[in-house]
Amino acid sequence: MSARPRLLSWTLRIASIVFVFALWEWAGRIPVSIAFPTFTAAMSAFREMILDGTFASAYAETIGPLLVGVLLTALGGMLAGLVMGLSPKAEWLGLPLFIVLQASPSAAIIPLITFIYGIGFAAKVFAVVLLSAPVIVLNSYRGIHNTPRSLLEMSEAFLANRRQRIWKIVLPAASGLIFAGLRLGIAQGFTGAVLAELIITPTGVGDLITFYRSGADYDYMFASIFSIVLFASVSLSLLQKLEQRIFRPEMRPT
Amino acid sequence: MNHPHTDTGPRSTAELAPEPAVRVQDLTKEYPGGIQALDKVTFDMPKGELTSIIGPSGCGKTTTLKIIAGLIEPSAGEVMVYGKAVRGPGPERAFVFQEFALLPWATVLRNVAFGLELRGVGKKEREDMAREYIVKMNLAGFEDAYPHQLSGGMRQRVGLARAMAVDADILLMDEPFASVDEQIRRKFQEDLLHLLSVEKKSVVFVTHSIEEAVYVSDQIVILTRGPAHVSKVVRPGIDRSGDSQEIRRSPGYLDSVENIWDELREYLEE
Repeated sequence: MSARPRLLSWTLRIASIVFVFALWEWAGRIPVSIAFPTFTAAMSAFREMILDGTFASAYAETIGPLLVGVLLTALGGMLAGLVMGLSPKAEWLGLPLFIVLQASPSAAIIPLITFIYGIGFAAKVFAVVLLSAPVIVLNSYRGIHNTPRSLLEMSEAFLANRRQRIWKIVLPAASGLIFAGLRLGIAQGFTGAVLAELIITPTGVGDLITFYRSGADYDYMFASIFSIVLFASVSLSLLQKLEQRIFRPEMRPT
Repeated sequence: MNHPHTDTGPRSTAELAPEPAVRVQDLTKEYPGGIQALDKVTFDMPKGELTSIIGPSGCGKTTTLKIIAGLIEPSAGEVMVYGKAVRGPGPERAFVFQEFALLPWATVLRNVAFGLELRGVGKKEREDMAREYIVKMNLAGFEDAYPHQLSGGMRQRVGLARAMAVDADILLMDEPFASVDEQIRRKFQEDLLHLLSVEKKSVVFVTHSIEEAVYVSDQIVILTRGPAHVSKVVRPGIDRSGDSQEIRRSPGYLDSVENIWDELREYLEE
C-alpha cells in the first residue's frame, strides 16, 4: 500500500471513531436516560480508574481465568479440530457434540457450574471454556478439513511425510480459520469470564460493573464497560498480528 | 521386427530404447461407482525424450499421469520406472501441476526450494539450488514475491522451477501451459525445449493441444475416450534446428498435426 491510501484509511478510521464518540457525547447530553453518562464523564472516570489502580486490580483478577481458559481451549480445541479434520471416525464422534454446544445458550448453563465447581477460579475457567470451545473447535476443524486438495497432492508428490504435511501444509492453510476461531473464541471467553463474575462470583471486571451499577455511578460503570471493549479489541488485533507473523506473511500489509 | 510381440497396442518405440524410463503396462483404472477411466493403457517412454499424452478432454490423460506419479493407484496393470514397479511417489519423478499448487504463504524462493525442504536439505544449500533455477526460469528479482503477486505464466514457471530443483530424472507435466495465454504459451514451449536440451530429462507431458504436442514431443501417445486406451503412438520426427516460425510452417509439422487430428476425429464422430 502506498502512502496516500494508507493515510486515507487512517483518516477514515479516526473519523469513524470520532463520530461514534461524538454521538455518545450528544446522547449523554440530551440525556437519553439518566443512567447514560456523557462520553467526557465516562472518560474522566476511565482515567481516574486507571490512575488509582482500580482497573489494574480488577483485570488482574479477570485475566487469570481468561488466560487459563482460553489457552486450554485453544490447545485442546485446535487438537480436537485437527483430529476431527484428519480422521473421519473422530469427525463422526465429535462434530455433533460441538455443533450442539455452539447452538445451545451456554450463558444459561453458567449458574449450574456452581454446583460442580463452586465459586472459585475453576468455575470461572470452566465458564470461559464453555463459551469459547465450540467456535475454536469448529473453526479449526473446518479449516483443516478444507485444506486445498491440490496442495496435499503436491506435498505427496514431493514426498512429504505425515508430520511435514500437517506442519507445512495443513496448519498454514487452515491458519486463517483457526485464528478467526481463536479471535471469536477469545471474545466469547471474555464474555464467559465477565458473565461468571456477574453471575457466580462478584470479582474482577464483572464486579466493577455490578458495584457501580448498584451505586448508580453510571459514568464509572460505562468506563468499566468501555475498558472491556478496548481490552478485547486490542488483544484481538494483537492476535491478528501474531497470526500474520507466524503463518501468513503474504497477508502482512507492506 | 522380432521383438517380443504384444497385442495390447503399438510399440513402435520399443526397439529404439531397450530400457525405457517409464513403462506403462495394461493400466486399468475403475473409479468407485463403476466408471472406468482407463482400459489397458500401454506405452513406453524412452529415456531422455519428451512423450506427450494427448486426447479428448475427460479421456484419462491426467489419471494416467497421476498413476505414473504414484498419486493414484491403478485398479490393474503396472507402471515400471527404470524397471522397478511404482508403489507411490518417488524421488526420481517430479510433478508440475496444471493449477500450479504453490504455497500461497511462501515466497517464490521457498516455493521453488519446497521439494528440497521436504527432503531435509539444509536451508543454505536448498536456497542456492533454488536460486539457480529461479534464474534459469527468468524469475530473478522475484525471489521474495508471493504467488498472488505473480502472473499465471510466472506462477507456472515457479512450479516448473520447483520440479527442476529436486533434480528428478523424470518430469511429469499435467497440462502445464493450459492456464497461460497463447503468446506466452509459445514462449514457454520454446523455453521448455531449450531447458530440456540442457538438462537431459525424460518428460511426460499431458496436453489437449495437438499443435503443442507436435511442437514439443519426440513421441505422442494418443488416448481415446470411453474408456481410454492407446489409439496410436506417433513420432513426429520434427527437425528442431531451425527457427520456431519455420518449424511451425514446415510440411512435417503440419502433416503430423493433420494426422493426429484425423486420428482423434474418428473417435469424436463415433
